Amino acid sequence: MTSRDVVLGRIRRALGERGPGPRPSPGPAGAAEIPRDYLAVHGARTPAETVDLLAAHLAEYRARVHRTDEDGLPALLADLLARRGARTVLVPPGLPAHWLAAAEPAHVQDRAESTARQLDAVDSVVTGCALAVAETGTLVLDGGPEQGRRRITLIPDHHICVVRVPGQVVDSVPRAVALLDPARPLTWISGPSATSDIELDRVEGVHGPRTLDVVLLGAQ
Amino acid sequence: MTATHLGMPAFPAAAREAVRDDVLRANLRRATHTIRDKRARAVAELADWDRLRAAGKAVKDHTLRHLDHYLLQLEEAVTAAGGTVHWAADADEANRIVTDLVLATGERELVKVKSMATQETGLNEALEAAGIAAYETDLAELIVQLGHDRPSHILVPAIHRNRAEIRDVFRAEMGGWGRPAPDGLGDDPRELAEAARLHLREKFLRAKVAVSGANFMVAETGTLVVFESEGNGRMCLTLPETLISVVGIEKVVPTFRDLEIFLQTLPRSSTAERMNPYTTMWTGTTDGDGPAAFHLVLLDNGRTDTLADEVGRQALRCIRCSACLNVCPVYERAGGHAYGSVYPGPIGAILSPQLRGTDSEIDASLPYASTLCGACYDVCPVAIDIPEVLVHLRERVAQGGPVTRDGIRVRLRPAHGRTAERAAMRAARLLLDHPGALRAGERLLARARRMRPRRLPGPGRAWTDTRELPELPAESFRDWWTRERGTPQ
Ligand code: SF4
Repeated sequence: MTSRDVVLGRIRRALGERGPGPRPSPGPAGAAEIPRDYLAVHGARTPAETVDLLAAHLAEYRARVHRTDEDGLPALLADLLARRGARTVLVPPGLPAHWLAAAEPAHVQDRAESTARQLDAVDSVVTGCALAVAETGTLVLDGGPEQGRRRITLIPDHHICVVRVPGQVVDSVPRAVALLDPARPLTWISGPSATSDIELDRVEGVHGPRTLDVVLLGAQ
Repeated sequence: MTATHLGMPAFPAAAREAVRDDVLRANLRRATHTIRDKRARAVAELADWDRLRAAGKAVKDHTLRHLDHYLLQLEEAVTAAGGTVHWAADADEANRIVTDLVLATGERELVKVKSMATQETGLNEALEAAGIAAYETDLAELIVQLGHDRPSHILVPAIHRNRAEIRDVFRAEMGGWGRPAPDGLGDDPRELAEAARLHLREKFLRAKVAVSGANFMVAETGTLVVFESEGNGRMCLTLPETLISVVGIEKVVPTFRDLEIFLQTLPRSSTAERMNPYTTMWTGTTDGDGPAAFHLVLLDNGRTDTLADEVGRQALRCIRCSACLNVCPVYERAGGHAYGSVYPGPIGAILSPQLRGTDSEIDASLPYASTLCGACYDVCPVAIDIPEVLVHLRERVAQGGPVTRDGIRVRLRPAHGRTAERAAMRAARLLLDHPGALRAGERLLARARRMRPRRLPGPGRAWTDTRELPELPAESFRDWWTRERGTPQ
């Protein structure tokens, strides 16, 4: 008998002891017994208010928030990289070329054969995102062409993430979950890496990027 | 369950020792009070908290009732997405599976992201015996590992260490494991975090194998989810070539949509944040992004025995948020080590005796490590009625009765030589059956609070003989009972 059989057998015996009466069927029918009367969105907001809430919550978790429109984006990105003193910037395969048109640092393309050690030598990374969640101040990446592999937003110490507003902003976690595709690798980011392990003091930056710049891109 | 800490004194003795340790108590008090207040604020932000809590409970209950079905569905989905699923009936088997998988890669070291399941199985020790070095990468776990210490909190395992102690551990031990601590390392948390970053980066960049746990597994899609703060989880989950996740079978949920509940309740309950800094969700393997090989080890190790107990099985709903630890007056005074288990606090008091049985003195005494004040139940995001399970387990220890061990139904004999516990149980019954006596008992307790004696007089003496008398809970046991059972007095 395999351990699989052993474990499944134990489960069935354990549940069989519930006494007479049929077990409700699992799957969609049985799952109906789960009450879903919790809120889909907490509060009513205009799209602009939703973007403002995102900005406020991002800032509260110490991401640095900036706003610009398409025309202003290249200069803003160039400025953020310059202020950081970045010499190199990682570029996902599908990042719109004009975004970094004004940026000084040398572009580093992420390739399949790029090792973690090579990526560790790069100063900054610029990406888009799949969506952002206003109520929690969260960015979600799903590995799309403007975002690249998960490792490129992890190893460099400085991440600039561009969010198209209001288009990519959803109100709430339930709204986000409904839009995401679980077949893709998903990374939910809420502020820069942090720890509270030393006397429960929040300290920014342990292993992930210690500086997170978020650019809200939309008509100003 | 193999990770009973050997030579561990029973809870009362260990707790009395810890209560006397002023530093530990000060660290714990400060930490638990801070997080407790923050949590209350984070929860108050959501008007539908009670409904989220009810939904989380319902999802877990539904899954447990059909656990065989959802595990098979999960296995199919993970396999279809490129992963390999292994089943481990107990700790030894899980450790053997992981050891063999690591040896097959030819590697002799790996990085780990905090996983309670592998602490429970004693994986690091098993790997060490096979010549494999396992590096903990969670900052608190690193502090614990370097300090040759044991975790004392689910979420903040080094909560018993203050910054000066951590600096000393880093200075003394980092060099022996890899990159030494920077010269002149101070005790500012920022500096300490930087030291950990430098020390571990070296290990992340060269790691070929990682071992993780998971907070959730989605049956429908085969997706695994890890919540974290520091980024060490992302490092472990994305950089190595081989990823091995060891996960308790109770961590499965039916649908991807179910995550919308726990993504709201877990961070607020645990770190008191709207959202933790990083959450990773992955489904099998993805070409060119992340590990090329993914193994999922499904761990039983006493969980099916727990499932067989109709009252006790609710402990399997636990999402390990640690909110119950932070509000527990006993935990606050005794600290996590007194529980002699990887699962400390109120959840540990009901989970460990069920996973491991009550053969050892410490496990038999755990159900008594509580004042039944009910604060743990109030904060639990999946509404586990911890006091109810405690009373149930106390009765089991004191009077014996049917239990399931390794899948076999056996009859537990009443505990011998535990007159104190039997007396405590009888006292509780008497009080429950005789409201008048209960009121008298409460008056006694109220008086006790005013005078703060170290021992209860009369029949309660044997009980309090091994207990520092707790602060009187906000809600009395009787109120709790009435609320829960609706029995009029
Ligand atoms: S029992 Fe409830 S409160 Fe305690 S850790 Fe588990 S989920 Fe959290």
